[in-house]
Amino acid sequence: MAQFRIPGPLRRLSDGQVTVPVEAADLASAIEALDARYPGFRDRLLDEKGELRQFVNVYLNDEDVRLGSGLREKVGKDDEISIVPAVAGG
Amino acid sequence: MPKVIGLRCRECGAEYELQATHVCEMCFGPLDAVYDEALLRKIVKRDRIESGPKSMWRYRDLLPVEDSVAVVTLGEGLTPLVKADRLGAELGLRNLYLKNDSMNPTNSFKDRVVSVAISWARAHGFETIACASTGNLANAVAAYAARAGLECFVFIPVDLEPAKVASISVFDPNVVAVRGNYDEVNRLCSQLIESTPWAFCNINIRPFYAEGSKTLTFETAEQLGWKLPDEIIIPIASGCQFVRHRQAAHELIEYGLVRGDRVPAFTGAQALGCAPVYNAFHSDTPDRVLPVKPNTIARSIAIGNPSDGVYVNRIARETGGVVEAVTEEEIVDAIRLLARTEGIFTETAGGVTIGVLAKLAREGRWNGDEVVVAYVTGHGLKTADVLASVNGHAKRVEIEPTMKSFREKVSI
Repeated sequence: MAQFRIPGPLRRLSDGQVTVPVEAADLASAIEALDARYPGFRDRLLDEKGELRQFVNVYLNDEDVRLGSGLREKVGKDDEISIVPAVAGG
Repeated sequence: MPKVIGLRCRECGAEYELQATHVCEMCFGPLDAVYDEALLRKIVKRDRIESGPKSMWRYRDLLPVEDSVAVVTLGEGLTPLVKADRLGAELGLRNLYLKNDSMNPTNSFKDRVVSVAISWARAHGFETIACASTGNLANAVAAYAARAGLECFVFIPVDLEPAKVASISVFDPNVVAVRGNYDEVNRLCSQLIESTPWAFCNINIRPFYAEGSKTLTFETAEQLGWKLPDEIIIPIASGCQFVRHRQAAHELIEYGLVRGDRVPAFTGAQALGCAPVYNAFHSDTPDRVLPVKPNTIARSIAIGNPSDGVYVNRIARETGGVVEAVTEEEIVDAIRLLARTEGIFTETAGGVTIGVLAKLAREGRWNGDEVVVAYVTGHGLKTADVLASVNGHAKRVEIEPTMKSFREKVSI
C-alpha cells in the first residue's frame, strides 16, 4: 500500500501517526482514503473547489505533484506521499 | 514591557504564543510577529532613530528583538542610497536611486535578516543555527553564527557557484551539500525541523528573520529625508522580503515617521528562467502561483516554489506596481549597464532588478520625474563567473612593456 507521511501540525488528526497506509489509484482517491480513516484531512488539504490549498505541498516520491498532474497523479503501491506545510524559503 | 506579543496567521488570523514556528496549524498560512502597537506608538520616534547606532539596529524598536537582548551584529545596514544620475540619464529617470545593499558585511541584504534571526535564536536558547540557502543566506548565517559562537549547519544545492561555497566555508560551518535544487533542499529542511532542535533561519524562526528585511525600506525613507519614494523595484525569490517592505511602508506611515500616507508602488523582478510569480501575475489567476523548475543564472533568487508569491501579486496590484521578468541576456546586460554607469558591481539577482528597471523605463512606465528606488541586494563578486562565460571584455588589449607597443595597440 502507498504511505502518507503526516507532518507535525497534522498529527493530531492522525492520532499521532507519522505514516498512514492507504489503498488508492491516484492522489485524489488517496486523500479520500486518508480522510475516511482520519476525518478532517480533506478539509485541511483541499479548498472549497477541491483543489490543493495554496499553502499545502504534496510530494509523490519527492516530486512536487503540482509539477506533474496534481490530484490526478497516479499512485503505486510502494509510493510515498509526503505532506509538507508551507515550504518557507528565501 | 515586551513589544512582541505573539504570532498571528496572515490568512485566518489565528493567534499563537511566541515560539519558533512559522506555519498556522489551522490553515497552514504563514505566521507573522505581532507587536504591541500601542507601545510602539509611544516609543517610535524619528529622533530616537536618528540618535541610534549607525546600522540597521537604529530601527530596533520596530524589530522583534527585545531591548534586554544582546544582538549579534557585524554592523549590517545603513548601506548607501545613491542617486543614480548616469543610469537615470540612460533610462530617462531624473530621480533614480539605488539602495546598495551589497555593502553589507557579507555583501548581501541577507545580513539584515540573519542578524535579527540569530539574535532572536540565541536569546531563546538555541545552540545551533541552520538554513536552506541559494548561497547568500548561508554566507550570512555562517558568518553570524561564527560571530555568535553558535553551532551552524547550512544546507546548499551541491552545484552552488564556487565563489559562494568558498565564502561560506571560510567560517567553518557544517556544510551539507544536497544533490538537488534549492526547492528540494528547502523541502528537506522543512521536514528536518521536526527532528532537530535547531533554529532554521528561513523556516521555523522565519517570522522573526523576515522582519529584518523591513530595515531596507526604513533606511530608504530616512535617507530620502523621511519620505517614501514613488516606486520601489525589488527582486523576487520567495517573496518574503517584498511582503516585509510593504509592511515597513505601513509602519513608517502608521508611526508618523514619514509625512503623508502615500504608499509606494511595489514592483517585483524575476528572471524568466524562474518566474512563477511573474507567470501568475500575468495570468487569469494571480492567486495561484504554480511551481516551476528553475533554470537561470540568477541562482540566488531561483526559487521555483515561492512561499509568498501570492502576497507579492496582491501587493503589487494594490499599490499600482507590476511583476516583470527579464531574459538571461538582459540580466548580464544590466549588470554591465549598472557597472558602466554607476560604478556598482552587482550579482545576477541585482542584474534582474536593474534589468527590470531598464525594461520598464524603456517601455515608458514613468514620465521621468518619479522618485524610483531599486534595491541592489548582492555583490557582483558572488557571481563573477557569468560575465566571462557570456562574452569577453571588448576593451582589453595585451601589449609588450614598451612605449612602441603601447602606441601601436592602444588608441587614446
